[in-house]
Amino acid sequence: MNFDFSDDQKMLKDQARKFLEDKCSYDDVRTVLESDASHHDEVWQGLCDLGFTGAAIPEQYGGVGLGALELCVVAEELGRCAAPVPFSSSIYMAAEALKIGGSETLKQTWLPKLASGEIIGTLAAAEGPAAPSPRNIKTTFANGKLNGRKLPVPDGETASVAIVLANTGGTGEQAVSLVVVDLTQDGVTRSSVETIDPTRGHAEINFDNADASLLGVSGEGWALMKRVEAGAAVLVAFEQVGGTEAALNMAKDYSLDRYAFGRQIGSYQAIKHKLADMYVKLELARSNAYYGAMVLAQEGADLELAAASARISATEAYRFAAQECIQVHGGIGFTWEANPQFHYRRSKLLALSLGSASRWKNRLVSELEKSNVA
Amino acid sequence: MDFNDTPEEAKFRSEVREWLSANARQRDTSNAKAGVSTKSEAERLVRAKEWQAKKAEAGYAAITWPTEYGGLGGTSIQSVIYSQEEANYDVPRGFFEIGLGMCIPTMMKWATPEQNERFVKPALFGEEVWCQLFSEPAAGSDVAGLRTKCERDGDDWIINGQKVWTSGAHFCDYGIIVTRSDPTVPKHKGLTFFFLDMKTPGIEIRPIKQISGGSGFNEVFFNDVRVPDSQRLGDVGEGWKVSLTTLMNERLAIGGGSGVDYEELLKLARETELEEGPAIKDSNVREKLADWYVQSQGLKYTKFRTLTALSKGQVPGAESSIGKIVSGPKMQDLGSFAMDIQGQGGILQDGDESPMGAAFQNQWLGAAGYRIAGGTDEILRNIVSEQVLGLPQDIRVDKNVPFNELASSGKK
Repeated sequence: MNFDFSDDQKMLKDQARKFLEDKCSYDDVRTVLESDASHHDEVWQGLCDLGFTGAAIPEQYGGVGLGALELCVVAEELGRCAAPVPFSSSIYMAAEALKIGGSETLKQTWLPKLASGEIIGTLAAAEGPAAPSPRNIKTTFANGKLNGRKLPVPDGETASVAIVLANTGGTGEQAVSLVVVDLTQDGVTRSSVETIDPTRGHAEINFDNADASLLGVSGEGWALMKRVEAGAAVLVAFEQVGGTEAALNMAKDYSLDRYAFGRQIGSYQAIKHKLADMYVKLELARSNAYYGAMVLAQEGADLELAAASARISATEAYRFAAQECIQVHGGIGFTWEANPQFHYRRSKLLALSLGSASRWKNRLVSELEKSNVA
Repeated sequence: MDFNDTPEEAKFRSEVREWLSANARQRDTSNAKAGVSTKSEAERLVRAKEWQAKKAEAGYAAITWPTEYGGLGGTSIQSVIYSQEEANYDVPRGFFEIGLGMCIPTMMKWATPEQNERFVKPALFGEEVWCQLFSEPAAGSDVAGLRTKCERDGDDWIINGQKVWTSGAHFCDYGIIVTRSDPTVPKHKGLTFFFLDMKTPGIEIRPIKQISGGSGFNEVFFNDVRVPDSQRLGDVGEGWKVSLTTLMNERLAIGGGSGVDYEELLKLARETELEEGPAIKDSNVREKLADWYVQSQGLKYTKFRTLTALSKGQVPGAESSIGKIVSGPKMQDLGSFAMDIQGQGGILQDGDESPMGAAFQNQWLGAAGYRIAGGTDEILRNIVSEQVLGLPQDIRVDKNVPFNELASSGKK
């Protein structure tokens, strides 16, 4: 039984943690919250320079050539500090989609720049408040031209390339395809949008006869999209685990510091049991995330099930820890000056970024039904 | 990252497999968890004793115990490997866990070499069964608040009082007991610990009928029960210290939750019609199913993390403390929800009419007790918050007060 990360992977994790502790304090995150910046450029550049962005990209495309497990340990540290950087958009989504479905030309064109951080990438699926499913997608791709509106697109203002889910005319699940679009061309207009978590930039993007090219096979975009989402769900679960642990620790530290009725509030069972529940959810989430990581790294057949489990477990843990962290702080926790808001905002952002928990629970049970055909 | 055995572990596992296949019958997995033995307890005990003797002869009854006590001198991971493999076989369980998991380890630490010579092997080979006499009507979670008293009489002690929730007392041969020797000092300081023969005159055992209908527990009454001073474990007044040895082993001895889980719920949801169609198509059913699947998997992989530490010869982290906090309420809620799916028919607790032999109804009733036994949900949260997270202990109003001056029910 060797259900743990290797010593090398743990060293990488320490390295990421030290860098982020130094460069990405809550005060640094706050500078993004209180400015128009889409992300923290110094932190982002540092992550790129240290090779974290290229960690799981093969060497022939300018990466370091490590694997999913290395990306997982970095993700946990990014989540711990609620890092205001386009890492998930550029790496978990854009780079992974290109790795999985891209032609040799597409990989050669985009992966080296994503690996080095020279450019930022993203994936655009949502079209406002509705599920981005094959029957709902209105953006079209035909004759090499993309038309439509995507909202919200993570890091949509700063990204140079986007993977876009578009209708290509088929029926049912075959109605959609993924396409690759250079966002710096004339047919693309974009503007930033307000979200619940301003530490992560989001945009509305309009495509007006923009040049684009297919990623993978036409009509197979939904299957590819789900595979990319499954991988990202595992990686985001590690961010959520890191965030949960940070929120738990923040709440615990405050409960030891704050006195009421002549005692530390952390000595009251109402608070102790709340923190114990955070810990229980954190450990369940961590265990499910580890299994997701193992299956992702081995490209196992039950990735969809493992990824859904990791995501559901981590989403619940982070939701609970972030909201109850504010509750433990009392009034001060609700102020702009205090730090619990960073995890409250981020927990909801991550809970919705790949679709809600309900959606993933449905996906999970669909897998159970397949694997348990009576 | 993988689930593979090390070469040594794989070798041990194949030895265990070979021995089990030669000595036991494979479990019938087609009728896995719902199956309830129809044999009487007495019949099952006879079978359990035979199996225990066979297991002890082969060295598998106490893998981590030193060889001089009849153990294998093995590692914790070997013990886990044996349990994993044994779980695939239809062997009797549930009679020796408390004795070998809690009582005998306490004896090994506190009894004389001669006493251990006399008692350890018969317990290991299933010849003598042991029980633990701690809880009382007025001392549950606060077990140090116990009132059963012992008084010195020459070379003996006279015990009077009542114990409760004593698993298996009616078929046990020996027991360990903690009693109050001095009520004039604070509660933890006035306790004294003994082991005794359950056939000693003055001991009366009455079964407790549980809400689930079964009677695994007993009340045990002590009327002038005479115990020689040589059966005292630890010094007079040091009984709490001895108790801690037992209690530290409790979490290891109380097994993980078994019973019906998401697989059975999935099966039920497929086979049961709701107003709008099969329950499995209902989004509320699907969400609950997913939640319990994720909890089950989370517990399973948490266990794997603990095993990884054991496999590497490290001390496991605190993560194993979450098991019963999650599994108790899950058993109860899952049973309850499965009954909801059955609609008005869900009230039936009928082996023929209710799905899966009324397994959900039985679990719903039984789980109410599982959430209390071996540490309530609330006590376990105190343990996690204090011992894992490092939060302060509760303020103890009884800490420095003589026991006989404490407030209690009916005496404020």
